[in-house]
Amino acid sequence: MLQNLYKLIIVPLFLIIVGVVIVIYTVNNPTDGLVARMLTYDNVLTALQQHLMLMLVSMIGAIIVGVLVGIMLSRPSLYYVGRGVENVVNVGQTIPSLAILALFFTWLGLGFRVAVFALFLYSILPILRNTFAGITSVDSSIVESAKGMGLNQFRILTRIELPLAFPIIIAGIRTAIVINVGAATLATFIGGGGFGDLIVTGLSVRRDMVIVTGAGLAALTAIILDYVIGQIELRVVKWT
Amino acid sequence: MIKLESVTKKFPGMKVPAVKDLNMEVNKGEVCVLVGPSGCGKTTTMKMINRIHEPTGGKILIDGEDALKMNPIKLRLDIGYVIQEIGLFPHMTIEENVATVPNEKKWPKEQTDKKVDEMMTLVGLDPKIYRKRYPSALSGGQRQRVGVARAMVSDPPIMLMDEPFGAVDPITRARLQNEFLRIQERIEKTIVFVTHDIDEAIKMGDTIAVMREGELIQHATPSDLLSAPADDFVADLVGRNRSIKRLHLIRIREILDDVNRVKPAPEDMPLDEVKKRIEDSDIRSVIVVDRDNKLKGIIGVSDLKRKTGEVAADYCQEVSDSVTDDATLNDALSVMLEMGEGYVAVVNEDDQYAGTITLGDLLNVVKEDN
Repeated sequence: MLQNLYKLIIVPLFLIIVGVVIVIYTVNNPTDGLVARMLTYDNVLTALQQHLMLMLVSMIGAIIVGVLVGIMLSRPSLYYVGRGVENVVNVGQTIPSLAILALFFTWLGLGFRVAVFALFLYSILPILRNTFAGITSVDSSIVESAKGMGLNQFRILTRIELPLAFPIIIAGIRTAIVINVGAATLATFIGGGGFGDLIVTGLSVRRDMVIVTGAGLAALTAIILDYVIGQIELRVVKWT
Repeated sequence: MIKLESVTKKFPGMKVPAVKDLNMEVNKGEVCVLVGPSGCGKTTTMKMINRIHEPTGGKILIDGEDALKMNPIKLRLDIGYVIQEIGLFPHMTIEENVATVPNEKKWPKEQTDKKVDEMMTLVGLDPKIYRKRYPSALSGGQRQRVGVARAMVSDPPIMLMDEPFGAVDPITRARLQNEFLRIQERIEKTIVFVTHDIDEAIKMGDTIAVMREGELIQHATPSDLLSAPADDFVADLVGRNRSIKRLHLIRIREILDDVNRVKPAPEDMPLDEVKKRIEDSDIRSVIVVDRDNKLKGIIGVSDLKRKTGEVAADYCQEVSDSVTDDATLNDALSVMLEMGEGYVAVVNEDDQYAGTITLGDLLNVVKEDN
């Protein structure tokens, strides 16, 4: 029980406190006036809020679409389409995130929404691929025995295939989160805001403190989210 | 009960049908074993009964009703199904695995619970210990048992079993087979059983259907199959040593009454009487039992010389192995060969001494049959 509490609450809380301490320290101890102007509570909060919104909106969208499309492609009738899509996805994943953002900028213009959309598309890839791979890798004898016992297609999906594919789907989501947090810092280039604003302005005026604060907070966000999802997985998957 | 009428199955893209024009009938309460080399269509035939594979031609009647017109989900819920790889759901506990069909049928929870307990006990798994375990924590033999329990839990009149005892070692397999036959005697399900092992077929089947290249070659009782194989293929399949195979057909308890052997000696029997019993015995030794009629050991002539004492227990030699009375004569023979003795002690279900069988008894059985 104590260990559960520790893992579920104390560790994330500790990471959040680390972030808060970084912010308080840097805001109160700026190295010069320029830094002081950039690192105000207001600025950092706006960046955090934008960053979280970028991530959450694009991730939630990506999880819903990725998992649903992955399930659809894993149906026997679409299996070969699925294999094709998987290859396309693998190629898509090799395009650098900065290039993706740039591509969408030339197509859709600037702004928060464009950034969210680009992140969303980029995060779908690992989730979709893992969902498809997770479901199609479920042992065919297990599916057959479920079918033979009289479970219908939907029940087989919800009771057998999805639970068994769950760890792999979660792994895909975790990959997506890590990619997403990194890519979200690039959103600043097309006016998407977020911690990228701090990093890029820090770079342009050569103030290390601003860069480190932005980068550190982005990294912390990724670590916390990844940790929480990992804990959820541990709690749901009890059978291995 | 189950009737196949010129059933044909041709898989898309295959030139030759997997099953050709097959006619067969399985009576209620009987075990019909489909046997044949790999690729002969036996598994396909079985899987057409619950429509995992849809036949491309012919009719399948279950209790006179056309199975191909029934709702496949409903059809399958009333047919127990055990497959080769067992197919337990690794993410569910044993309890959840066994309760799969009751849950699909939306039984009330108490009824499901009771039935799960009952089935687990029936297949020899203590519910208190195994209910909450996951399949990964079970041995191969235990998983097979769970597979059988899961298939039988809703009391389906028909069971389909595809090499259900395939993935375990020979000793465990023999035990599972015997237990299964004992259960079947009580529940009398109509069972279609697939195996490639002719010995298993002879042991388990009320009737045996031999298949080759999608065709049914012969469908007969094991005894008829052994004495009158339809062609060279069947003769080859049952092999040359048919007399030995016949030993698979007979259970020990069927001959135990005809064997006239001296009564066992209680462990406190005085030496003189023990000597007398040994003299009367045709195997020159006597079995010793304790007060609960449990097997304690055996006294041979040489033991009388080697040891000293007043009562039977002092001379008693432990026996290394025994067989249960529902084992086949073939099981008895292999135990004798393993022990290097010409006899084997038989115990009943409650582990009590039931008699002794010798090589001579087996010879007599084979002789009578010929």
